[in-house]
Amino acid sequence: MFQEFLFWVFGIAVCGGALGVVLSQNIVRMAFWLIISLGSTSGLFFLLQADFVGAVQLMVYVGGTLVLLIFGIMLTASGPYVTMKTSPTEWVVAAIVSSALLGLITVSAFGVDWHAVDGVVSGHSTENRPEGYTTAQQGRTIRPLGFALLGVRPDKDLNQPGEPTGVGYLLPFEIVSVHLLVVLVGAAYLARAKRRVDPLAKTTAS
Amino acid sequence: MTFALFGIDSIGDMFTDAWWKWAIVALIHAVIIVNFFAVAPLFYIWLERKVSGRIQDRLGPTRVGGKFGWLQTLADGIKLIQKEDLCPQAADGMLFRVAPYIVFVASFAAFIALPFSNGWIAQNLDIGLFFVLAVMSLEVIGIILAGYASGSKWALFGGMREAAQMVSYEIPMAICALIPIVAVGSLNLVEIGQMQSGWFLSDWLIFRNPFTFLGFFVYFTVATASVKRAPFDLAEAESELVAGFHTEYSGIRWSYFFMAEYAGMFAVSGIAVLLFLGGWYTGIAPLDNTLVSLQSAGPWGLSSYIVNLFFMVVFITKGSLLVFLQIWIRWTFPRLRIDQVMMTCLKYLLPMSCALFLGAVLWPLAMYQIKGGNEGDGRTQFFGEAIADKVTQLDSSATKSQPDTPLPAVEEEGR
Repeated sequence: MFQEFLFWVFGIAVCGGALGVVLSQNIVRMAFWLIISLGSTSGLFFLLQADFVGAVQLMVYVGGTLVLLIFGIMLTASGPYVTMKTSPTEWVVAAIVSSALLGLITVSAFGVDWHAVDGVVSGHSTENRPEGYTTAQQGRTIRPLGFALLGVRPDKDLNQPGEPTGVGYLLPFEIVSVHLLVVLVGAAYLARAKRRVDPLAKTTAS
Repeated sequence: MTFALFGIDSIGDMFTDAWWKWAIVALIHAVIIVNFFAVAPLFYIWLERKVSGRIQDRLGPTRVGGKFGWLQTLADGIKLIQKEDLCPQAADGMLFRVAPYIVFVASFAAFIALPFSNGWIAQNLDIGLFFVLAVMSLEVIGIILAGYASGSKWALFGGMREAAQMVSYEIPMAICALIPIVAVGSLNLVEIGQMQSGWFLSDWLIFRNPFTFLGFFVYFTVATASVKRAPFDLAEAESELVAGFHTEYSGIRWSYFFMAEYAGMFAVSGIAVLLFLGGWYTGIAPLDNTLVSLQSAGPWGLSSYIVNLFFMVVFITKGSLLVFLQIWIRWTFPRLRIDQVMMTCLKYLLPMSCALFLGAVLWPLAMYQIKGGNEGDGRTQFFGEAIADKVTQLDSSATKSQPDTPLPAVEEEGR
């Protein structure tokens, strides 16, 4: 009951924030509405007992990305309170893309047999559920997550076909982080290259 | 998620129990935290005035409330509530009004996962430390918005400086917080606290190995910067920017920023106490053991309550000592310039914290090699206490069911 109520509160905040991003004209206000939307999304994760994902959402999107976004806006804006005008063409294109995405999400959400999924989770008796999924341990999933990253799955029989292979997710995770590092180095290189072709710098150098 | 205080132990119980019980429990937790959140700044602001007075050879407040001026902050609060709530014409009204609340809520939410005693915690999160760090990083958004929306160049400068400072200081702070985590093997702040019972020289994490010892000082420096206290208070910088990001604020909205600042000071100090300084334990093993054995006499007994109260007093005292240290630092060190602040972080604190983290990771490995053996002590040193027996258990089960054939490389679809 209370959970449902909170779900509606967060759900409305997510949607309202998203609408605010689309409808507001000022860039920093958009960033603010984005904070509301993303923060409420993390609230939904907390409601679903996915504490780790919720905290990551807060740390990465709200705490990290949005600060950089606001920082970037403040550095690049030519005057105070820059407003953005959206042309009708942009509205049409955005409407087509977003309604296509909405359709896709709706189809896939209703395509899942939720009762069957529910049966998988509740099929385990209370004692046999893996760590983090027992009633007393709702949301305490950080240790199973860490072990799964290393390929240790106490909840699965690794000899069974169709079960995880015991390799873990560490390698893909590391590949992604190296990829991010490459992006970072590339961005720094591009930013430096611009400064070199600055004519003023050339004259002072010679 | 657990409401440990009132015996409702899980969400599962919550569904079976009446929803209003759940609401009342949540409300009581919230009220307790809000009150701590409001009273702690009251005391710390008074402390700041008295300490700064002492350091500058003054008396500080003396009259309000009889001796020592101990009601000074309350009088200030009443004054601030009465003041007009101004919003400058050049400001972006909505963001200007909303910004103090973001700051306030962010530092308030950090207290949700902060244990004050053994089990006295509003939400015993498995990811406690991560949650606290994540939530406290939101505070910066409110400050940037306040600086931007004020429509004043001083406020904007303050906001810009804050953004630059916070984005860089968050990194060494998170790395330093990880150093004791490596030794413990858990992010749960209650577990981390419980692990430090015993003598302070042998069991407190600060004395665990040389890297946690140095890590504490780096953490404390970075934490001081992250709550924008002098010598890192460039976002305010009274002598340069009038009042920095809160130049245009007055009345109650202005005081929200200050409540958040002092509460944030206690929050980072509390994390330092939990991660390095033995949490709620006194550090004297016989005393702690007696108290803990008294506590286990019965969960609803009065003895348990009194013991927890005592532990809470110990925890708050330790945290307050660190807050006092921050006040002391503020009034004895000159403020850095913004380039010096950035240089301190990027050229000194960040490499230092990285090196300490690497050392903290390699230390158990070295100990493992020196002590040898893969049972008992070596294993505990290697994996951290929290997961040592877990790993032992997994290891034994793995050797039992060692596959004869190579593992099938079938990955289930959609996993």
